[in-house]
Amino acid sequence: MKKEFGIFLLLAVLCAVTAAINPKFISAVNLTNIANLIGLFGIFSIGLGLVIITGGIDLSVGSMFALSGVLLSLALTSWHWPWPVAAAAAILVPMLLGWCHGWLISRLKIQPFIITLCGLLVYRGLARFIAQDNTMGFGSAEGFETLRDITKGKLFGLPMPFVILLVIAAIMWFVLHRSVFGRYLLAVGRNEEATRFSGINTRRVIATSYVIAGLLTGISGILLAFYTNSISPSNHGNFYELYGIAAAVLGGCSLRGGEGSIIGILIGTALLQVLQNLVNLLGIPSSLNFAVMGAVVFIGVLADHLVQLRSAQRAVRI
Amino acid sequence: MSAAPLLEVRGISKRFPGVIALDNVALEISEGEVVALVGENGAGKSTLMKILGGVYQPDGGEILVGGQPAKIHNVTDAMRLGIAFIHQELNVLGNLDVAANVFLGREPVMTPFKLIDRKKIHADTEPYLKRLGLNVSSSTRVDQLSIAQQQMVEIAKALSLNARLIIMDEPTSSLTLSETERLLELVRELSKQGVSVIYISHRLGEIQSCADRVIVLRDGKNAGALAKEEIFHDRLVSMMVGREIKNFYTQSTAAKTPGYFKVRNARSIRFPDQAVSFDAARGEILGFAGLVGAGRSELAKAIVGLDPSGSSDLNLGEEKISIRHPRDAIERGIYLVPENRRTEGLVVQMSVRENVTLPSLKNFTRLGWIQRKRERKTVEEQIVSLRIKTPTTEAAVMNLSGGNQQKIVLGKWLAMNPKVMILDEPTRGIDVGAKAEIYRLMRELAERNTVILMISSDMEEILHVSDRVAVMHEGEISGILDRADCTEENIMQLAVGKKISAAKAPFSS
Repeated sequence: MKKEFGIFLLLAVLCAVTAAINPKFISAVNLTNIANLIGLFGIFSIGLGLVIITGGIDLSVGSMFALSGVLLSLALTSWHWPWPVAAAAAILVPMLLGWCHGWLISRLKIQPFIITLCGLLVYRGLARFIAQDNTMGFGSAEGFETLRDITKGKLFGLPMPFVILLVIAAIMWFVLHRSVFGRYLLAVGRNEEATRFSGINTRRVIATSYVIAGLLTGISGILLAFYTNSISPSNHGNFYELYGIAAAVLGGCSLRGGEGSIIGILIGTALLQVLQNLVNLLGIPSSLNFAVMGAVVFIGVLADHLVQLRSAQRAVRI
Repeated sequence: MSAAPLLEVRGISKRFPGVIALDNVALEISEGEVVALVGENGAGKSTLMKILGGVYQPDGGEILVGGQPAKIHNVTDAMRLGIAFIHQELNVLGNLDVAANVFLGREPVMTPFKLIDRKKIHADTEPYLKRLGLNVSSSTRVDQLSIAQQQMVEIAKALSLNARLIIMDEPTSSLTLSETERLLELVRELSKQGVSVIYISHRLGEIQSCADRVIVLRDGKNAGALAKEEIFHDRLVSMMVGREIKNFYTQSTAAKTPGYFKVRNARSIRFPDQAVSFDAARGEILGFAGLVGAGRSELAKAIVGLDPSGSSDLNLGEEKISIRHPRDAIERGIYLVPENRRTEGLVVQMSVRENVTLPSLKNFTRLGWIQRKRERKTVEEQIVSLRIKTPTTEAAVMNLSGGNQQKIVLGKWLAMNPKVMILDEPTRGIDVGAKAEIYRLMRELAERNTVILMISSDMEEILHVSDRVAVMHEGEISGILDRADCTEENIMQLAVGKKISAAKAPFSS
């Protein structure tokens, strides 16, 4: 809990400072916009967080967005699939790919970094090939107004992606922190060997985490496709896996595995989005966008590391 | 003046915040002498050794080397004074060859480019290997050597540094019985050559066989010393613990049901062509002796389904069971307490509670959600019944002592219903007091009709704890000894594959 509190404090300070310098920050329009983005990014960041907790990584998220976005656009506008079928497909494809990753990683013991790096390259290439490198969109096609409304609508004044994030986060909080599967997930990330010796099917636990990551990526993918409304296959979702990894790490997940919380990932996501917003509102050249984000992640991780070092030193006896 | 001892430690004290680790401790060792240093964990042995190695500076007292006061600020100082360390965890580089390890940091070089003089480094290494009787080439990669051989490489390194005193910290904890024998012989040999040895060990049998003198530490103070002829098990133990431990080894009183647990044709990945069969009785502790690499741990893993390519036919009572996954074994009540507590037995960063309930977690759930109250209650029961010393159920396991950690591994399985418990090196690295408790627990379990299989490389333990002993050699059981026939000699004969008349067949068909 301490870890989350530190990062939450940083988030609060950043919000306060930004609001003080530019009151537009707390305008309804701006807050709605930020909430929308937190929703979009938070959903897949939770999936990535679970994978990171097992000691793995998923670099293919951004490319999956491109692939599922292209397929969704084709399914709705060219193939005229009913929207529930198209949406299900856009979720099932990343889930299936996640299952493949999980299978290769847990069965064949290939390093997750390599597998998902291959995924990053392959899915991006496939997306571009299928779209013939044309920017895809939804144009004025009809028949899926309901889906559009769901993704772009509001509930109780909150943008839909944010509402969906809250629901998913609540479910995943129970899964990670209160369910048997969650306990196994943390145990596998800490010490797969000892967990296996306790009779737990560690392969299935690991593979399942990638499937869940795929599911959440699929949901995010649909929201993102309608948010951008145009999918240029060569850069749709580019680098998004890195946002997810950064959010998870900022929120207390360790890349060594076994550590992390849903609340932490949420705060990490929010921090990154507030930073983006802050760059815009404070008139910082947008070319510095990545540099600012990188610096804050670095400071956050460094501070956490120093705190841990100090408490470790204090704990040293005999 | 030549009578001055090689090393003398006078009135050394060391305080840490809240703890007095060493209080006015004295130690003396002459040239060629072997002194065993014993004491429970936390008695101050490692602090004293770290002071001799320059890791810590003492708060009081002095160190004399050859009668001259010496200051040791770091390992280099210690080396210069002729003090070398062989740690429990070996410090060898597996990817380099023997010669490179022996002369690491002191490589002979050729001018003008400072390239390593390969001829010289190998020529310089060979004599040390010969002196130690280590029969490998100096150009062998170290990771191709056995643990015992790697240890020899470290000793060779110490000798090449002209060490006059070698401090060995639990040197036999990963060695087989015969390797241990060879190391003890080597210690005696070194002592004849005038090298002194401080030998730290929990294994009293080894101390009896090699030490000229024993120095006992307790709670950071000298608790006494014994000359060679005074070294007896009971005396040492009571000196270490500060009280008499009654019934260190408890005798079996249980009625046994022979042939209750039948293992037939167990094959492991290491010896796929050897089918091992044996019977174990309900209520007995069946010891498994043998050299490391004889296939004992592999057999255990094959039985409980942890070896994916292993197989076996098991019979528990009248019931035939087949095990393909560890889960199958666990469902039948066949549990393994693995050899490596910290890597296989526990998730050390997690809490006592999370570790104890890891294999049985599903019993504490309703609709997939964990009911923490029930979970905590079970864990508290285990803490009480096993006398685990932990502040709370939520303490991280890594902050507890080895003995308590081992009890937690036991607690994992005792929270369920054990029918067969396989314990692989159950007391490795555990101090005497905790050892006695583990033995008592094993005996209690046996009395309650559990089949206990105990794999051990500690001869004392094998001889005194087991009701019968199965000795393994190269993947098969070379014979089973009844309690009356359990002698060190008989076990060693079987362990190297010789046939002896006292040995019984491992099973009756």
